[in-house]
Amino acid sequence: MRRALTSVAVLALVGAGTAWWLTAPDNLPASALDGITGDAGRGQVLFAAGGCASCHTAADAERTEAPVLSGGRRFATQFGTFLAPNISPSPQGIGDWSDTEIVNAVARGVSPDGAHYYPAFPWNAYNKAEVQDLADIAAYIRTLPPSDAESLPHEVPFPFNIRRSLGGWKLLFEHRDWVLQGELTPEQERGRYIVESLAHCGECHTPRNALGGLRRDAWLSGAPDPAGKGRVPNITPAGLDWSEGEIVAMLESGFTPDFDVVGGEMAEVVRNTAQLTDQDRAAIAAYLKAVPPVESPAPQPGTGDSTAEEGSAADEGDGS
Amino acid sequence: MNRFAKSAVIATLLALPAGLALAQEEDETPEDIAIEIRHGHMLNYAANLQRLGAMAQGNAEYDATAAQTAADNLVYLASIDQSHYWLPGTSSEEHENSAALPAIWENMEDFQAKQVALLEAVTGLQSSAGTDLAGLQSAMQGVGQACGSCHEDYRVKEEE
Repeated sequence: MRRALTSVAVLALVGAGTAWWLTAPDNLPASALDGITGDAGRGQVLFAAGGCASCHTAADAERTEAPVLSGGRRFATQFGTFLAPNISPSPQGIGDWSDTEIVNAVARGVSPDGAHYYPAFPWNAYNKAEVQDLADIAAYIRTLPPSDAESLPHEVPFPFNIRRSLGGWKLLFEHRDWVLQGELTPEQERGRYIVESLAHCGECHTPRNALGGLRRDAWLSGAPDPAGKGRVPNITPAGLDWSEGEIVAMLESGFTPDFDVVGGEMAEVVRNTAQLTDQDRAAIAAYLKAVPPVESPAPQPGTGDSTAEEGSAADEGDGS
Repeated sequence: MNRFAKSAVIATLLALPAGLALAQEEDETPEDIAIEIRHGHMLNYAANLQRLGAMAQGNAEYDATAAQTAADNLVYLASIDQSHYWLPGTSSEEHENSAALPAIWENMEDFQAKQVALLEAVTGLQSSAGTDLAGLQSAMQGVGQACGSCHEDYRVKEEE
């Protein structure tokens, strides 16, 4: 009996130890930023492409050339309400962080003191970005005005308030490989880089599973609006029949082909995409034409309807 | 067509959907009708923006007279007092046909300020649309931003 108890205890300890090890933060190698110096000038347009200011400015902030990244904006989700932190160059923000710490936060979802960030912060897209580009963004952020606003805690109930469990979430749902695989033209590859990484379009336009993981089998096929009524549109070729020129025009001006003007968070996105080059907007359009068409709403896997599986761009479990 | 005649035509067009609706479906409520009028008003914006946008985006040849007419129409449309279109009980939470978020009624002053901002943007368009293509293109940006900043806060995303 005692031996049995001992075995159980040992197994439990090994299990707990393994779980602890598996859920540990996964930082970039220490050498990742060797020889890399951020270029603030280059960082400005990358910062726009990344949409950083759309979340990290205060909701009532004036729109200025040099945004104040004081944080405070609230994001209601089914898991609780997340509050964007201060990422301005101040002691309350990221002023005391090294470039390596910033890049680890952005590309690995790990804070300087080794805690996991929630996936409300789209590190699961930024993890595909070039380290040079992230360093450039960091250099640009350092030129912006400081804010002394304190970052406010998230309002997330148990069990989602256990940050260590996010290590498990990362094991299941973090993907550092591209969704759209296969032969792509250089333009489509550039579009993939912007859409899947910097601009993190999939975070809103792709449906999520019950645990909040992105359904890569239903990539960009639209999703319920987490803020309430309505849907974020399907932007695969099954949902968006606009020409590439029409997509480019919308990303620059906000005007849709029938001269409606996009609203909601997309109005904010257009303020960012308007700052990109024409080539980058065209690359986004070329990529959107290349993703598999997925009807929306995408059926849940295992419901017998194979549409989603057939439209799959990548398997759920690969490559992380 | 002089300004008065044009106004009369537009006013008739605007009234048409409501009038038809009244004639066809007597059980329509004032809320139903207010929402239809709002949608009609938005379509009138779109119809004129489409002519201008086709030129601005290079899909149609620039025509100074046509551009001026469309811009004049937009100024007229944006000048209409819409306060009676925004009946209580016609938000997206209260009416199935509505895409108007309840935030409108919670921030009516800001909502009206955004209508004023649209009027300013289309007035800018009116003064440059008939001059040349570059003037049209640059003023269209401001109009798009004015539309978008209101849709950003006050319109429901794509319908379920």
